[in-house]
Amino acid sequence: MADLNTLGLAEARDLLRKGETTSVELTEACLKAIDAADVLNAFVHKTPEIAMERARAADARLQAGDAPAMCGLPIGMKDLFCTEGVPSQAASRILDGFRPEYESTVSANLRDAGAVMLGKLNMDEFAMGSSNETSAYGNAINPWRRDGDDTALTPGGSSGGSAAAVAADLCLAATGTDTGGSIRQPAALTGTVGIKPTYGRCSRWGIIAFASSLDQAGPMTKSVRDAAIMLGAMCSHDPKDSTSADLAVPDFESLLSGDIRGKTIGIPREYRVEGMPAEIEKLWNDGTEMLKAAGAKVVDISLPHTKYALPAYYVIAPAEASSNLARYDGVRYGHRAKLAQGDGITEMYEKTRAEGFGDEVQRRVMVGTYVLSAGFYDAYYNRARKVRTLIKRDFEQAFAAGVDAILTPATPSAAFGLGEMTEADPVQMYLLDVFTVTVNLAGLPGITVPTGRDAQGLPLGLQLIGRPWEEADLLNTALALESAAGFVAKPARWW
Amino acid sequence: MSIDESTAARVAKLARIRVEPEALPELAEDFNRILGFIEQLNEVDVEGVEPMTSVTPMRLKRREDQVDDGGHAAQVLSNAPDAREGFFAVPKVVE
Repeated sequence: MADLNTLGLAEARDLLRKGETTSVELTEACLKAIDAADVLNAFVHKTPEIAMERARAADARLQAGDAPAMCGLPIGMKDLFCTEGVPSQAASRILDGFRPEYESTVSANLRDAGAVMLGKLNMDEFAMGSSNETSAYGNAINPWRRDGDDTALTPGGSSGGSAAAVAADLCLAATGTDTGGSIRQPAALTGTVGIKPTYGRCSRWGIIAFASSLDQAGPMTKSVRDAAIMLGAMCSHDPKDSTSADLAVPDFESLLSGDIRGKTIGIPREYRVEGMPAEIEKLWNDGTEMLKAAGAKVVDISLPHTKYALPAYYVIAPAEASSNLARYDGVRYGHRAKLAQGDGITEMYEKTRAEGFGDEVQRRVMVGTYVLSAGFYDAYYNRARKVRTLIKRDFEQAFAAGVDAILTPATPSAAFGLGEMTEADPVQMYLLDVFTVTVNLAGLPGITVPTGRDAQGLPLGLQLIGRPWEEADLLNTALALESAAGFVAKPARWW
Repeated sequence: MSIDESTAARVAKLARIRVEPEALPELAEDFNRILGFIEQLNEVDVEGVEPMTSVTPMRLKRREDQVDDGGHAAQVLSNAPDAREGFFAVPKVVE
């Protein structure tokens, strides 16, 4: 049998139910792999005691024949999720030492479904970043390297620790969150699968807020089937999040058939952006052919407002962030600056926030403050919200014309070297989310699937965008793409 | 629209983030780059378009206006940098 930590959720579950392994064995294998991979800086708070306790409890449930969907399966948890008694600091100095007295709804759902939490995973500070380089914990490192080159590469962001941990087999799967592409982009850069469900599928309660109208949690896994299993365990209606949907959660896994005959796949011409590398273009064309060969009908579509998605996002997300992050004031939790003689409460706020927030977070909070300030609210914020309506309408028209899913590239390039983008101006980094950010603005479900490798051997992925609440159908199309692409490569172990 | 150093300083003040004077020129430059990028939105005709408020049409749930939880003062205060006698403690606010 392969090393247990290299298994996916479905395989491990089946072995557990047949009694061929135990959760304790699976968990020990992962904890060992985690300890041997400190150089990846993926796990930033390890919780081996909690993991072993839950593994033993899961084994008891399995023995008793009471095994819910995730029973005994070891996973990693993005640091953005509040986990009771365990440090949860959104990779920020300002939440240094914060130990929540409560558990987020998503992590509680996973716990109740029997999942074993191995620890907390690295990320960009407050999920603001696309390379995991804004983290107070330092960079997470991609387990993938270019052929014959040991340059350290980014695992993407913001869920960079989650992506690195899954790709390096430190856990069977991990949680992520996605505000502008933070699940799908790192999944694509690490050869893993990531799905952002429809806004409202997962409760946001207990997830440290970045931009509340865009934030959604989702799973990061080794296969589409695993994504279906874990997504089902994460979703629920939650009275504690008024935006969570009061809709039944389908059994996503049982709806997987891989049969997409008769489905219509849209190819949006506006995603063929200027300067797109030939290998991304080829990846996209290959994916289109795979879906055609699987029996889908492929049509060209137009999403005319695509170009305005990133500028609208960089008004709306900072505006919401400036409001959400106002709570970090040094009074109730986290860091408080040391004060000088005579400093009053305003100095306490200003010094605390200057010391606690990193550069990118400060920049976004201030841009948000500016676009919401008197005299600019209409010119920036309200205009961006109107453009958002138009972006959403583009998708609605495509779906109304009979399109079932939309196929696009996931990222404009493969993983880049750490530090390569930090010298560029902030806008260059923002452009990395060009293919993913529209989906958050429109609230739609989106999934990335690894389908190929670039000339240097690095994984590349494609994105599928689905109709609202039809994650089951989207996962099914993703399964067809995954089966046709047959991506099985793993990073060669160097750590 | 161009942001000068005094505007950058005012925004930092509004955001309650201390920015040292020597950091203001670079901050103003960053703002200008980001706002320049955002300016593209002016090309879009938004006449008669309603701002988007929710992803799918749904009514926000209402709940009964009654106390259903509480009495957790110790837990609420457990992460405070400074808490005394059941309260958050802060520097003197009123002279």
